[in-house]
Amino acid sequence: MTQFWNSDFMWSFRHAPVAIVSFCVVALLVFCAVFAPLIAPFDPFDPSTLNLMNGFSKPMEPNAFTGDSFWLGTDDQGRDVFSTILYGMRISLFVGFAAVLFAMVLGISLGLIAGYVGGWTETIIMRTADVQLTFPSILVAMLIFGIAKGFTPVELRDQMAIWVLIIAIGLSDWVQFARVVRGAALVEKNKEYVQAAQLIGRSSFAIMLRHILPNVLSPVLVIATISLALAIIAEATLSFLGVGAPPTQPSLGTLIRIGQGFLFSGEWWILFFPAVTLLTLALSVNLLGDWLRDAMNPRLK
Amino acid sequence: MLSFILQRVFQSGIVLLIVGLVAFSMFRFVGDPIDNMLGQERTDADIERLRDQLGLDKPFVVQYYKFLEGAVQGNFGISYRQGRPVSEILVERAPATLELAAVSGFLAISFGVALGVFTAIRRNGIAANVIMTVSLIGVSLPTFLIGILLIYLFSVELGWLPSFGRGETVEVGGWRTGFLTASGLKALILPSITLGLYQMTLIMRLVRSEMLEVLRADYIRFARARGLREKTINFRHALKNTLVPVITVTGLQLGAIIAFAIITETVFQWPGVGLLFINAIQFVDIPVMAAYLMLISVMFVGINLIVDLLYFAIDPRLRADKATV
Repeated sequence: MTQFWNSDFMWSFRHAPVAIVSFCVVALLVFCAVFAPLIAPFDPFDPSTLNLMNGFSKPMEPNAFTGDSFWLGTDDQGRDVFSTILYGMRISLFVGFAAVLFAMVLGISLGLIAGYVGGWTETIIMRTADVQLTFPSILVAMLIFGIAKGFTPVELRDQMAIWVLIIAIGLSDWVQFARVVRGAALVEKNKEYVQAAQLIGRSSFAIMLRHILPNVLSPVLVIATISLALAIIAEATLSFLGVGAPPTQPSLGTLIRIGQGFLFSGEWWILFFPAVTLLTLALSVNLLGDWLRDAMNPRLK
Repeated sequence: MLSFILQRVFQSGIVLLIVGLVAFSMFRFVGDPIDNMLGQERTDADIERLRDQLGLDKPFVVQYYKFLEGAVQGNFGISYRQGRPVSEILVERAPATLELAAVSGFLAISFGVALGVFTAIRRNGIAANVIMTVSLIGVSLPTFLIGILLIYLFSVELGWLPSFGRGETVEVGGWRTGFLTASGLKALILPSITLGLYQMTLIMRLVRSEMLEVLRADYIRFARARGLREKTINFRHALKNTLVPVITVTGLQLGAIIAFAIITETVFQWPGVGLLFINAIQFVDIPVMAAYLMLISVMFVGINLIVDLLYFAIDPRLRADKATV
């Protein structure tokens, strides 16, 4: 533990105030999202706790009819905005992490295979990656979402929407991982330790997984962090457009979509607080990623 | 040279065939096409006739070929939701998107290049630093939030500009344009800023870094030594030499503008192709989705092919590289 605390990595972390602050913000938001049912003052999806009379309460002000007060106000149905944000962040973060994990596993596997095996396999994988890279990833995610939605049976669509979303964002984002891992694998495969492993007869699968993979992980970690910010924004965009999380499981993007409808009638808080939460989340993950990239780049040391 | 071009064209063709296959399988395997087309009141004879007409009893490859044949001729079938030919809807919607994209592209290029040159020349000035910082924030804001922010400022608070739609439009020779009326022009302002902002920052940063590079070059120093005016040096000598990468990036961004128009059109309820596509996804209107998928792929593959070939024509070094690889 002390060894870890004194490592180069932690030293640079302790001396980067931006990194510390953004790490704390991300940690706090993740904590709130994970323990949302314990923290949130109300369960926004339990109709028995809702009181329509509480609708459109202003933030920090007692409601005109019931006298109840809500930190961040309520929406048209009297749902506490603070609670819906906590639950929405849960969905946003879950989709973000799961999509990046999916993209990472897919990208690393294809990258390792392309780099280590080479030949026709490599050509096919990397050409596919090149082609996909020419399309903006948000468009790819939208198309995959649309196609997958078409293939799911109608009665399952709302239940499956979150998973379809994860797969769509994940598939739109594997290319970066594959390219970096392939590049690193190409370098590693000619090193002596790999040749030694080949000589003692280890299988290709074991060499890729146990010998090469651990040596290419640090750039992967950097890409994963930056991808997380992109995935969170992609999820919010898709949900905002109405082709993501269903209304029964609103994410931050869905909440912003709902809030946009009240912009003209003056109920700004229904839109404002989810938007600020989304921005804070995306920005701190982004800043953390930027710092990580610099800290893990040996050329900058 | 010829083999490189042929190889590129061949690859583009394969990509389009694969995209076509995806579009076709959506069309063929999502739900029952006959169910989707005939609706509730139908007889067995109707079903037989349509099955025969659509060629659903033929082998898969033949059906795929028929589909491609139709697609090349612009025939994508009939929208499940609107009950009209998809091609007709697309032609009707295209002017809105193209006008929006053109204005955004124009804004992005003119402001991007101007601000890029400005921030490069006044590298240490306060204004330049402010612009650079603001541009950073602009890049990290998601597009839809920028749109909402603009609506809040200019439509809700100030009430200057409309927040949705195209305003009044005039039809000129089958092309419905918003350029000719005051309300049409006003309606263009917010959406085109929203759509162009990201590309503008991108172009600005690119021009700035290229300019900084070029301004350090020897021939600029010689131009200074010859006593040329600063203006001549900056615009005639420096800017001209930064344009090649700017043109390529702008070309590639053309596709991105059309793609991001989906988001902008939804925020502003702009009746273009992007909004059509989003609605098609929401209602699983397969023919429209398939047609959009094909169109956008043709566009992206085409743009990339052209940029690749242009590179090849402009930069002789690439030819040598290709020979060794």
